[in-house]
Amino acid sequence: MASTEAEPSRRGRNAARAGGPRYPGWLVVPAVVWYVLFFVVPLGFIAATSFGQVEGFSDIAYTWTLDNYRYLWDDIVGDLHLYRDIFVETLKLSVVGTLSTLVIGFPLAYYIARYAKHKTLLLLLVIVPFWTSFLIRAYAWLIVLDPEFPVFRALGLTGFLEQHEILFTPNAVYIGVAYNYLPLMVLPLYAALERIDWSLVDAAQDLGDPPWRAFRRITLPLALPGILAGSLLVFIPLTGEYIIPVILGGNKTFYAGNLIAQQFLESEDWPLGSAIAMVVIGALTIALVVYARALGRQEQHS
Amino acid sequence: MNGRRLLGGYAILAYVFLYAPIAVVVVFAFNGGRDVLYWQGFSTKWFRVALETPEITSALKFSILIALGNAVVACVLGTMLALALPRMRSWIRTPIDALAYMTLVTPEIVFAIAALVFFVQAGKKVGIDNPLGWHTILIAHVVFNASVVALVVRARFVSMGQSLEEASFDLGAGPLATFRQVTIPRLAPAILAGGLLAFTFSFDDFITSFFVTGTNSETLPIYIWGQLRFGVTPAINATAAMMLGVTLIGIVVAYAVLRRSGDDRERAGLPGV
Repeated sequence: MASTEAEPSRRGRNAARAGGPRYPGWLVVPAVVWYVLFFVVPLGFIAATSFGQVEGFSDIAYTWTLDNYRYLWDDIVGDLHLYRDIFVETLKLSVVGTLSTLVIGFPLAYYIARYAKHKTLLLLLVIVPFWTSFLIRAYAWLIVLDPEFPVFRALGLTGFLEQHEILFTPNAVYIGVAYNYLPLMVLPLYAALERIDWSLVDAAQDLGDPPWRAFRRITLPLALPGILAGSLLVFIPLTGEYIIPVILGGNKTFYAGNLIAQQFLESEDWPLGSAIAMVVIGALTIALVVYARALGRQEQHS
Repeated sequence: MNGRRLLGGYAILAYVFLYAPIAVVVVFAFNGGRDVLYWQGFSTKWFRVALETPEITSALKFSILIALGNAVVACVLGTMLALALPRMRSWIRTPIDALAYMTLVTPEIVFAIAALVFFVQAGKKVGIDNPLGWHTILIAHVVFNASVVALVVRARFVSMGQSLEEASFDLGAGPLATFRQVTIPRLAPAILAGGLLAFTFSFDDFITSFFVTGTNSETLPIYIWGQLRFGVTPAINATAAMMLGVTLIGIVVAYAVLRRSGDDRERAGLPGV
């Protein structure tokens, strides 16, 4: 972009800034064009589509109507509140899912960061499942949660589990979510915990702090950036979770992601589906602003 | 040090939790019986059945081709981005950074339907009636995989310092010559590792592929998804095990490459770390 200028002047300007000559800025152009054309513009398309309506068979008329939003709003404030219930369930799934990965992941990250000998290897072992197929990791629980699963048969739990059914209930969805998203939580937690100087904790305890207070006053504040980052990495994609409820929830669970997919796969109501997606994005944006504020306040403190 | 031992025990349980379900899929893929949940002796029969099912082999081939094409394009775009970005002025770097991260964290279903609407509607505008197919999957996959490659390559590029590149530029070499003679030899492992990760992400992707695929282009995850309606079968288990195998090979090679090249503290490729 600016690199079409003559060589000497560029070099002069570079020298004035930190560092010497470098790779030209136009190298970013192909990737940025790709992002804009196939990411930003498509998001613009669903924004526009959310103000349109279905015309004929699954064609979209861009009529700039608020009908889709009005329809959702009427449902949310109205007596029927089908969509409201789904949004509330989605929020619950996202919050509980985030908290459960945090509760399960924190001791693990803490152990690796503070005590483990082979930190790199143990961290890698957390990452590997994250890189394997999300679909198959969800699918695996279809076998593991089956009352007929050999381990349950051996333990004589089959009858018990058939009575207290797990598979194809919200509980199965929650288990699947905690499982599939755990690595995303552990990584940033570890990154934050790894930087902690543990002699501070030892010192606090030597000076008479009981372990839990040393944890609360030293470890927790220092781990907070990791907790916030991990929560973000889990919470954001969870608001649109689609695969796990379909596989593990049977037909009994339904979240915003499924709602969006349904408008595209079954109802062929793309404008309504787009509007629901916009609502999710809007809610996410608000959550992110709150998060950024919290982060800002945290930085002021330290 | 009681707490330490307690945490160690917990960590073992956590790793069991992380790996047991995956192990179950793989183990039961070797079950000779017809019923998934009843073990009837070791057998590789279901792998043979899977590999003799034309839908599975063609989906496997299709997935690999898409993932390869995606990895190549993502490597080119991501590497160019990673080389130029670290030292750009912050007012231009920050929004590009934000954009790259957004492609990784946006709920995938939102991106998938956005891409679908875009391809169909934009296709109509320019007179393409049936725009969906392998190319739309490829285009969509490159969006987030270019970011994956950029993250991996950039982490290495920044950590290894750029004085050699500076010297090269100072001595009059252009960007291309500098890239070939100075950067490539040092950055090749990171680029290769980024490419392998991009390959596995594309190979494993379901949601995006599912929404932007055409009628005759079925990836392996899409095939598995379709079969799940009929419940778990040993052949699907074997297919899933093969998918895990392909991904694991990709990861192991990526790790080995990064490690051999020196700095094994690389936490490259992990969004937000």
